[in-house]
Amino acid sequence: MNLKTKALKKSLWVYHMSGGSCNNCDIEILDCLTPKFDLERFGIVLVGSPRHADVLLCTGIVNKKCVERVKEVYEQTAKPCVVVAIGACACSGGMFRDSYEMGGPLNKIIPVDIYIPGCPPKPEAMIAGIVKVLEKLK
Amino acid sequence: MKNNKKTVIVPIGPYHPLLEEPEFFALYCDGEKIVDVEWQAGYNHRGIEKLSESKHWDQVTFLVERICGICSTSHPFAYCNTIENLIGMTIPERAKYIRSIIGELERIHSHLLWMGLAGHFLGYNTVFMWAWKYREPVLDLFEIISGNRNHYAMFKIGGVRRNIENEDIPKIRKMLAEIKGQLEMLIGAVLDDPVLTARLKNVGVLTKQDIKNFGSVGPVARASGVDVDVRRDEPYAAYPLVEWSVITAKNGDVLDKAVVRLSECLEAVKIITQCLDAIEGKAGEIGEEVRRVPEGEGIGRHEAPRGECFHYIRSDGANSPVRHKIRAPSYTNVPTFKASCIGQTISDVAIILAGVDPCYCCTERVAVYDAGKKKKLYDFQHLVELSKQKTERIRKEI
Amino acid sequence: MKDIIGRIQSKLGDRGKDIKEQTNNRVYVSVDRKNIKECAKILFEDMDARYIVASGMENFDSFEILYHFGFDKESAIVSLRVYLDKDNPEIDTLTDIIPGISYIEREMWELLGINFKGHPNMKHFLLGDDWEKGNYPLRKDKYEK
Ligand code: SF4
Repeated sequence: MNLKTKALKKSLWVYHMSGGSCNNCDIEILDCLTPKFDLERFGIVLVGSPRHADVLLCTGIVNKKCVERVKEVYEQTAKPCVVVAIGACACSGGMFRDSYEMGGPLNKIIPVDIYIPGCPPKPEAMIAGIVKVLEKLK
Repeated sequence: MKNNKKTVIVPIGPYHPLLEEPEFFALYCDGEKIVDVEWQAGYNHRGIEKLSESKHWDQVTFLVERICGICSTSHPFAYCNTIENLIGMTIPERAKYIRSIIGELERIHSHLLWMGLAGHFLGYNTVFMWAWKYREPVLDLFEIISGNRNHYAMFKIGGVRRNIENEDIPKIRKMLAEIKGQLEMLIGAVLDDPVLTARLKNVGVLTKQDIKNFGSVGPVARASGVDVDVRRDEPYAAYPLVEWSVITAKNGDVLDKAVVRLSECLEAVKIITQCLDAIEGKAGEIGEEVRRVPEGEGIGRHEAPRGECFHYIRSDGANSPVRHKIRAPSYTNVPTFKASCIGQTISDVAIILAGVDPCYCCTERVAVYDAGKKKKLYDFQHLVELSKQKTERIRKEI
Repeated sequence: MKDIIGRIQSKLGDRGKDIKEQTNNRVYVSVDRKNIKECAKILFEDMDARYIVASGMENFDSFEILYHFGFDKESAIVSLRVYLDKDNPEIDTLTDIIPGISYIEREMWELLGINFKGHPNMKHFLLGDDWEKGNYPLRKDKYEK
């Protein structure tokens, strides 16, 4: 393990990005950070700029209008950066896969490390996913 | 848009950690004052109206549920009302009550969510954390009833998919009583706070004429004294069978919007309790089988937490819609920023935009922010920062 | 419901054709394309109806727009139905009467290819600016000649 990954896994800073979602996944992400699930006790903080982020949480089908933006955000993050696809939409397109605005799924656009399926995934599932991220970094 | 030299463009969005959805607003400013606002949507557009034409009548309920995650019952509710209007049928009594229970529970969690976000925009993170904490029991209730925290899939044409078991009702009642206590506490804490009142009073005022011009609905309209509520205007489900009242306010500023929303939560608790009384200990059908949707047109509505949700459907007698038009309440609520933002200062924009409780994924069934292309002055974070500073200032003054 | 049909009949005169209640509480009125501005004005201003939304669709040999207005006291929805030419779908904009209608007109323009004469700000709204010209997603392939 080099210094970079060692430093990375101490306290994960996450940036959340929605690319044409139904918003439920996004709310469940916020839910993880509020008192009931409280991810902050593990040092996980939601940050306001992709430049500070160690983890990119992506939701939604990534519609055509968002494709460029998603790429742009990914380029702005400091590497190494873990990309997590949250929800059926981001993993595969879900029931929107035949839509004319479909630009994704996410792994066509940027490399994805972890998939958390579900519609929406429960916060518990997201926490389990994040633990896997930590393991992956070891 | 007059492009005189002094005007500066401030882009907001599309991405911000607390706007769950991407959205882009360009503010044209003259000094601190806002001269014009432009709204650019489409970052959430998924072409649902078109997809719906390729799905079976029964599948469409799941599709429209995924229009929006916050109000995931409103669209199936309106859709089922539409089909029932088209066929001209009524649904069994128990199904009516169950529908209303789900609809009202959703209103509570949606309004609490808004209260939390509004608190955050003002720099009151305590309100944010509290409101979201008290929202959790509502989601737990949903899990008991439907098996999922969101996207409950309770609706089907002609009734509901799942029963609320009589054995569960005492538990639901108990949780509801707890929620009610917490709600009252939160409402008291928020509305009695002198700083919040000073900060929100007379900010982002919408007049009756503005509401009419933009066709706004829901709490936004009711806060300005326009008394519209589909639940009363065109009774459906169990709403005509229980006692409740429509909440309105006069001023149309953000404070009134907050008051209306919070009081509606208590109204919702009242409705749910009465519905539970009505179904407890009784048996009954929860749905009627609909085998075929005949040729014709139908329009259905539902009062979603954000206002009237409108569906139009044309059928040619085959097994999927020919045209399915969906109008979410935010579609007419968001454009009111034209009336409410202009002339205000930058520090108020965050809360005014949040004040209408925008829900963009609904609006766009049908801002990464262009760094570099436009002159970058503030982004949304700075706006929230400015907003917080103003709250701080007021707090010191009081 | 009789009452509202009567009122609309008398206000619109012979501009409104086959006014009828098709399903419970839903009234549809056929209007000629040229009269849409006057009729919308009568409903929106004189009769104080609430603007709800407009919905466009493609038929086999025409385009069709429905302008929906809410009459909340009577719990009715009145929809003005307009047919447009298939080859050259064009109609006057209503933005000067109902400011809020601007967005739905932009949406119909980009998704269905209906032209709104005199719209002040006809730009892409939902789709990106680089969307392929002449590709209208809500048109139906099965009607292509
Ligand atoms: S996976 Fe489901 S909950 Fe998540 S954005 Fe997609 S439709 Fe919404």
